[in-house]
Amino acid sequence: MSVNLLHRYRAAPGTFDELLDAKGQPRAHWKRLHQLLAAERTGTMRERKESVQREVRENGIAYNVYADAKGVQRPWDLNALPLILAQDDWANIEAAVIQRASLFNKVLLDVYGPQNLLRDGLLPPALIHGHAGFLRPCAGMRHPGNVALHFYAVDLARAADGRWWVVADRTQAPSGAGYALENRAIIGRAFPDLLREMKVRPLGEFFQTMRDSLAQWGHQCNGGEPLRESEAPLIVLLTPGRYNETYYEQAYLARYLGLPLVEGGDLTVRSGLVWLKTLSGLRRVHVIMRRVDDDFCDPLELRTDSALGVAGLTEAARRGNVLVANSLGSNLLESGALLGFLPGICENLLGEKLKMPSVATWWCGQPDALKKVIEKLDHLVIKPSFPQLRQFPVFGQDLEGKERESLIAAMRATPHHYVAQEMVRLSQAPVWHAGPPEGLSARSIGLRVFACATPDGYVVMPGGLTRVATGPDARIITMQQGGGSKDTWVRASVQPVAGRRGHLQAASTELVRDDTNLSSRMAENLLWFGRNAERCDNIARLLRVALNSVFEDAGPSERGPEWDSMMALCQWFALIPDQAELNAAPPEPAAEVEADEKPEPVLPSPTPSQSQLQSQSGAGTQTQSQTQSPIASQAVAAIAAAPAPAPAPSSAPEPAPEPVRPITDVRIEAALLNAVISPDVPGLAMQKQNLYNTASHLRERLSIDNWRALNRLMQRPACASALPSPAEAMTILDDTATALMTLAGFALDGMNRDRGWRFLSLGRRLERLQFQSLMLQEALSMDEEGSLDWMLELSDSIVTYRARYRAQPEWLQVLDLLVQDETNPRSVRFQLEGVLQGLDRIGVVDNHDGADTMRALTDELLALDPATHLVAHGAVLRSLLARIDAASKDLADRISLQFFSYTGKPAERRKAQRKS
Amino acid sequence: MSMPEQPAGPRYWVQHATHYTYQQLVSLSQQYLHVSPRDFDYQRTEAHRIIIDPPAEDGGIGADFFGNCTRYATITTPHQKLLVQAESTVVLSPRLTLAQIAGSAPWERVRDALVTPHGAAALDAIRYMSSSPHVRCSAELAAYARLDFGPGRPLLDAALAFTQRIFDDFEYDGSATDISTPLDEVLRLKRGVCQDFAQLMIGCMRSIGLPARYVSGYVLTHPPPGQPRMIGADASHAWVSVYCPQRGWVDFDPTNRSLVQSEHITLGWGRDFSDVTPLRGVVLGGGDHDLVVNVTVTPLDAATPA
Repeated sequence: MSVNLLHRYRAAPGTFDELLDAKGQPRAHWKRLHQLLAAERTGTMRERKESVQREVRENGIAYNVYADAKGVQRPWDLNALPLILAQDDWANIEAAVIQRASLFNKVLLDVYGPQNLLRDGLLPPALIHGHAGFLRPCAGMRHPGNVALHFYAVDLARAADGRWWVVADRTQAPSGAGYALENRAIIGRAFPDLLREMKVRPLGEFFQTMRDSLAQWGHQCNGGEPLRESEAPLIVLLTPGRYNETYYEQAYLARYLGLPLVEGGDLTVRSGLVWLKTLSGLRRVHVIMRRVDDDFCDPLELRTDSALGVAGLTEAARRGNVLVANSLGSNLLESGALLGFLPGICENLLGEKLKMPSVATWWCGQPDALKKVIEKLDHLVIKPSFPQLRQFPVFGQDLEGKERESLIAAMRATPHHYVAQEMVRLSQAPVWHAGPPEGLSARSIGLRVFACATPDGYVVMPGGLTRVATGPDARIITMQQGGGSKDTWVRASVQPVAGRRGHLQAASTELVRDDTNLSSRMAENLLWFGRNAERCDNIARLLRVALNSVFEDAGPSERGPEWDSMMALCQWFALIPDQAELNAAPPEPAAEVEADEKPEPVLPSPTPSQSQLQSQSGAGTQTQSQTQSPIASQAVAAIAAAPAPAPAPSSAPEPAPEPVRPITDVRIEAALLNAVISPDVPGLAMQKQNLYNTASHLRERLSIDNWRALNRLMQRPACASALPSPAEAMTILDDTATALMTLAGFALDGMNRDRGWRFLSLGRRLERLQFQSLMLQEALSMDEEGSLDWMLELSDSIVTYRARYRAQPEWLQVLDLLVQDETNPRSVRFQLEGVLQGLDRIGVVDNHDGADTMRALTDELLALDPATHLVAHGAVLRSLLARIDAASKDLADRISLQFFSYTGKPAERRKAQRKS
Repeated sequence: MSMPEQPAGPRYWVQHATHYTYQQLVSLSQQYLHVSPRDFDYQRTEAHRIIIDPPAEDGGIGADFFGNCTRYATITTPHQKLLVQAESTVVLSPRLTLAQIAGSAPWERVRDALVTPHGAAALDAIRYMSSSPHVRCSAELAAYARLDFGPGRPLLDAALAFTQRIFDDFEYDGSATDISTPLDEVLRLKRGVCQDFAQLMIGCMRSIGLPARYVSGYVLTHPPPGQPRMIGADASHAWVSVYCPQRGWVDFDPTNRSLVQSEHITLGWGRDFSDVTPLRGVVLGGGDHDLVVNVTVTPLDAATPA
């Protein structure tokens, strides 16, 4: 069935239409896509769009909005329809971008070198010496292969006549290539056949070339002990951290390229060499791909207030001991002030004409230019000359009266701070319009194209990141202010070689069997990932057991002794208020409580290990005093504020209504339900958030599937009101348990048993050991007559028990299963043995105090006589459990001291090991 | 013993000791030092050493963008006290006298010639014309400068008069400002120390389009009559160098309303304090710290061996 897709498609007048030619017909390179869409059954495109959105959501692709103190992430907005470029069009772009990258490289080498451009009058000296991005400590630096600009990105716009113009250059740490790669992965799945049929060029090879080139130059960074021919240089990706706007992309690239993602604190400079702090000691770093801004890279010589950099990095780079890509100081070229001088510089340095013009730009630092700019202000965009000035572009035509006068006054006062650029009318391309009726509509687009340096010159990524204006102001597109993106298709003249597509080849001929470059910080995060996942699971189970008994409970008179033990456990985890508060007199009027007890917002702290240590004290390692924490008392306040009547309008059919429920029971139920869903009180939602935060430090180590499971876990459950109904709460808890099982499955079955995994696994074991010993201690303090079902349920051991005994649980059998049974993955013994094994494998040596204590406790546990000791109120077992609990906390501290607080010995290098 | 080419000026021995005391243990300390005197037309270093305690691992010696002597030091021995002590013996050569700086070109001509600079000296001079981290040019500074830089006035004449104006208008006050006090604040307060006065004069000159650089060093002080020179009683000093196409860079000291002659010992120069900070460091650990600096400048007898 063919439909008219174009019934509402109109490109704005005076713009170039990417899709249609002057006669209103699809251009040749769009025909195939147009045909496909027109022939499809109605709804196919809608499904495609939904599947794209789902993938974006599940892969967790996001863009951080910097201005937001809470580090809000905006989901990546990916358009289902690609931008298709004609072959000849692309050939021109490619040639122009290669020329421009080569030119910029030469400018960089000159400005930080002999400065002939200044001497010969091709660049105004005041432009360079007054440029906030001109970093004097970087002058005279030498670069392997004479390349200072390793990556380059350029923003292009197509004018009404069909010509492409340069709007801006990205020379410091260009972002977007990773997003382009991810866009392709998703869109490739939406149009699998079309990509092949249209011979769309794959992107993977570009990244391989980039990595190989860096590796080649990295070999030349030969300070210290030289690399063997066959040995791969260590390349790391330096990130400003997870609050950076493009952190997602950095982690994605690190994972894709197989590079350690490091923060400034993971690196250190000694004797002019750069080292990565790993578990096995210091490892020499040869290449740093950086996403940290120039001046933040080195607090010693550049910005002294930077917490993101590596002290001494500038000097290490100056000595040629490390390759920083892009070289420090390359931000200089991002200044729009340079654009007007480029044609002359190009002819001087390359002896050829500039192939692609920049949008007309004037630097107001020249008196004539300033005069002209003020005259035609209405037709210009005014931008800061240097990105360091951190101002947003202003459109002359938007300004009136006072605003206009004050801008002109500011330009006159510091003219060299301003550039003015002519406005380009962006070309328009089709986006899918859901209708009804379905069809295409036109949106303004801009194209970011990427190039990387190789020893044989620059190569351009065959594609790019197309950005789509979504806001009402189609004149600018910035990701910071919202905006969509598109995959970009460039067609090959021959069928691309399928085999290399998207795959990177090893840059070294030596086999690597372990993660020797695992940073101490990463190991710490892995350990906490294990702990937090387990803690999440424990809390979900505890809530489920507690809520079940609350719902089934017939009132205080009918309760068994297990009730108190369960509630004590809940109190220990601060899921419900403590006894005094539960029994407290009816609350004050709600309004007052709310007004006064507003808790301090928990802001993310920029230093990961710190913020982690804070967030991690969530449950297991804390003492009773936790219920006094501000968060807990806030929970109490909130619960107290919702007085007697049923806590939430419940949709589930209630059992026969109780005549009068005691206020404590009402409060307990409300608190438990709140703990399921509220991220502001200790409970499941908060713990999930902790888990997610830890995971986001591990982005590049977790697979996409792993992330998908995590993102499912994080999806906010839909509830009819603020508090979930009992039925809703149970569904959330069941789903959580399933999702956590999936995560645990990945860890068990999908991850290499390298040192990183050992830490993750150890974290899990330690957490479970603490939970089980805590739970059993509570159980042993309860009356002999109490029901034991809840212990089995908390330990996920009901099925095993029933299969073995087919009878009501009895103390001896239950305790045997949960304490001494070596086959039960929830038993204390199983954990102890697992911890000991784990310690051994992460390299804890014998005579380690913590390990020795654990070993002694295990022996003691094995020596228990079932008949005498595995009984209700068993004092010997209780004391042993208390000591196990204490010892596991002590062990966690020792591990942290030994592995995570860094000591600083150089690691031994691996012996050469060749492929057979 | 070979004779210097120029008639030798005075010799000085300078000791510059910096003591850090940290509240907590420092496990790693990286320092970037600007405490070695540079050699140039008016100064030659006879002897120099830097003592660091605990001892430093890495002694990378180099030159910065402006040609000043630098040194890196990495201290990996855990410590709670750090001493960096530089000792230098320098010989000065006579500088231009008041009579010799008379009759320089009108300042506007110097300014206009630098709009399109020709020659190495001019290309060097324009490095010191723009705003820099501690010196932000402004209309207020320009207005203050014009009080002495009147139409057609010879550049060096105006500069000398300007040092007198700063001396008269401003009060030396060690507590009114700190290293991060911006210039317009200094101009408003009319108080400060040598660094403020030097940067103020630099800012004023740059604001009217003239290059000026910040010089870091020491100045000889004179004990009260009849009293001995006190060890460690001197301090680091800062003054201004002004570019004159005919006479090269000429130094003025606004703190002492003078043309620099034979009592100033130069460490180095840059656009402002941030380019020539004597000690710049990054430490791991440490917590709060105390800092004590002792400088001693001792005139040596020209006949005494170095």
